Amino acid sequence: MNILVCARRVPDTSENEIELNAAGNDIERDDLVYSVNEPDNYAVEEALQIVDRVGGNVTIVTVGGEDDEEILRREMAMGAKHAALISDETFSGSDGKGIATILKAFVEKGHYDLILTGVQAEDGAAQVGGMLAALLDYPFASLVNSIEVLDGKKLKVSREIEGGNKEINEIDLPCVLSIQTGINEPRYVGMKGIRQVASVEIPTFGASELGIDPGAVGEAAAKVKRADYFVPTPNKAAEVLEGSRAEKIDRLIELVRAKGGLN
Amino acid sequence: MARIFAYIAHKDAVADDTAAELAAAANKIDPAASPTAIVTGCGPELDAVCHALRASYGEVWKIANEALTYPNAELVRKALVNILPKDSIVLVVHNHFGVDLSPGLSIKLNSAFVSDVLAVEGVEGTSLKVVRQEFGGAVSAHVRCDISSGAVINVRPGAFKPLDSAPTNGTVVDKSSEVGVRAAGRRYVETVVAESGDVDITKHQVLVSIGRGIQEKDNVAIAEELAEALGAAVSCSRPVVDAKWLPKSRQVGSSGQTVKPKVYLACGISGSFQHLAGIKGNPFIVAINKNPRAPIFQIADVAIVDDILEFLPELTVRIRDHSLYPTPRT
Repeated sequence: MNILVCARRVPDTSENEIELNAAGNDIERDDLVYSVNEPDNYAVEEALQIVDRVGGNVTIVTVGGEDDEEILRREMAMGAKHAALISDETFSGSDGKGIATILKAFVEKGHYDLILTGVQAEDGAAQVGGMLAALLDYPFASLVNSIEVLDGKKLKVSREIEGGNKEINEIDLPCVLSIQTGINEPRYVGMKGIRQVASVEIPTFGASELGIDPGAVGEAAAKVKRADYFVPTPNKAAEVLEGSRAEKIDRLIELVRAKGGLN
Repeated sequence: MARIFAYIAHKDAVADDTAAELAAAANKIDPAASPTAIVTGCGPELDAVCHALRASYGEVWKIANEALTYPNAELVRKALVNILPKDSIVLVVHNHFGVDLSPGLSIKLNSAFVSDVLAVEGVEGTSLKVVRQEFGGAVSAHVRCDISSGAVINVRPGAFKPLDSAPTNGTVVDKSSEVGVRAAGRRYVETVVAESGDVDITKHQVLVSIGRGIQEKDNVAIAEELAEALGAAVSCSRPVVDAKWLPKSRQVGSSGQTVKPKVYLACGISGSFQHLAGIKGNPFIVAINKNPRAPIFQIADVAIVDDILEFLPELTVRIRDHSLYPTPRT
């Protein structure tokens, strides 16, 4: 099975305290630690496990710039055979549909049975996979937390729905699935693995190579644009406990006791 | 302005609670609009839902089709594309169904898509300004959406307060013959209900809930010791389950359990909306997190900026001391 995984490099929220910059119009981007978007990493692991079971190979693709190559190498170190960077000045400012349009052009250059994305990236939109599927007229399932290959033509997939329940579906290939975290245990990638793929040539594709109309992507085509960032307003004014740790603990015990949480 | 529609989910012949929230969101977009509800399904259950929705929607479009007994997003999408007028604004709840349906629907309608909207700021010309969040709720963002060729808007559940207006007496319009539902590339098979776990966190008055801040499996014992001292149970957020440090049955959130404790100790939990959606009954929320900007502090009653790996063991020791000398009853 030929599997394409669409991945993205994002600021790592477990490594950074995301805050606004001095101007208050963007997040503070200096000194941010970036990594592969966490659900995308699960998607790559899932693709590798499917290939281990039924054969085939895994290609990783990202839309971005030179800096984004590092996540392609990281995912190649996990075991992906191929990677591609889609990069063009005209792509900047693309909204979700723009990114999906770019990916569609790349998909049509190859032959993929299965396309995986992470369920969402740092913007929490959870949109590109569903849009890509619709543009390709492929079936789509979101929030996938298990995949079983039934035959060369269809999969059995489980979706995460409410209350820890699972919705089981059959889906025809080729299709697009958005992968939920927890579907597997992504393998560890050491420095050695990354060194082994450090000099692999990663092909780059621009708008002209992919036959993308620059008018259909980028900022000019984007119908959805972020105007600015701001600090969320708290729903409640929390009592912030100050002082030494012992003082905080004593106050906390007092409060919890008053609320009936301690007898 | 374009006509506004709301896709309404239902279960056991009752419309989802979010039906009134979508009506409120429609009102924020256009106070003069009379939004139309769209309901798919079949049989008397569908009729009951449509009838009930007349109270909050001026018009209710009923789409009865056996193929839509279970809401398969692909079939619902095909039905909607066939009946929606050009340039419509379509509201959908941002949950497992909205994530499945809406991005593809926007492509097929050739309209804009905005995901997980928390608030509507207003409309200027053809530009709709909304509020979203990024980075798991750490920052908010104003987003402008060009609605000149319509829009599909996923609305965060719980974000819009239902309107306080008198019930309307809407009409039900049967659109079933216009949808032309065909085969789908994805077919619903069954729903597998979650297995119950060793501990039922929904039954506990006090929860010590841990998140990514617990850092490794061995540290879960720190939370268990505190829970034991408090007579509480240990619950958790998604990353702890993803890492297989606790079973799924301990997860609080929209894809896990819904809990109603008196006291909720959120320890090293960032506080995504999916997690908060699982906390009901307005408990007393204590948030302990070493990141002072963690979104959990936005909804906490008590905020403690500290490292849980150091704070929790000391708290456990103090509680044990207190238990030895309980406060005298007066």
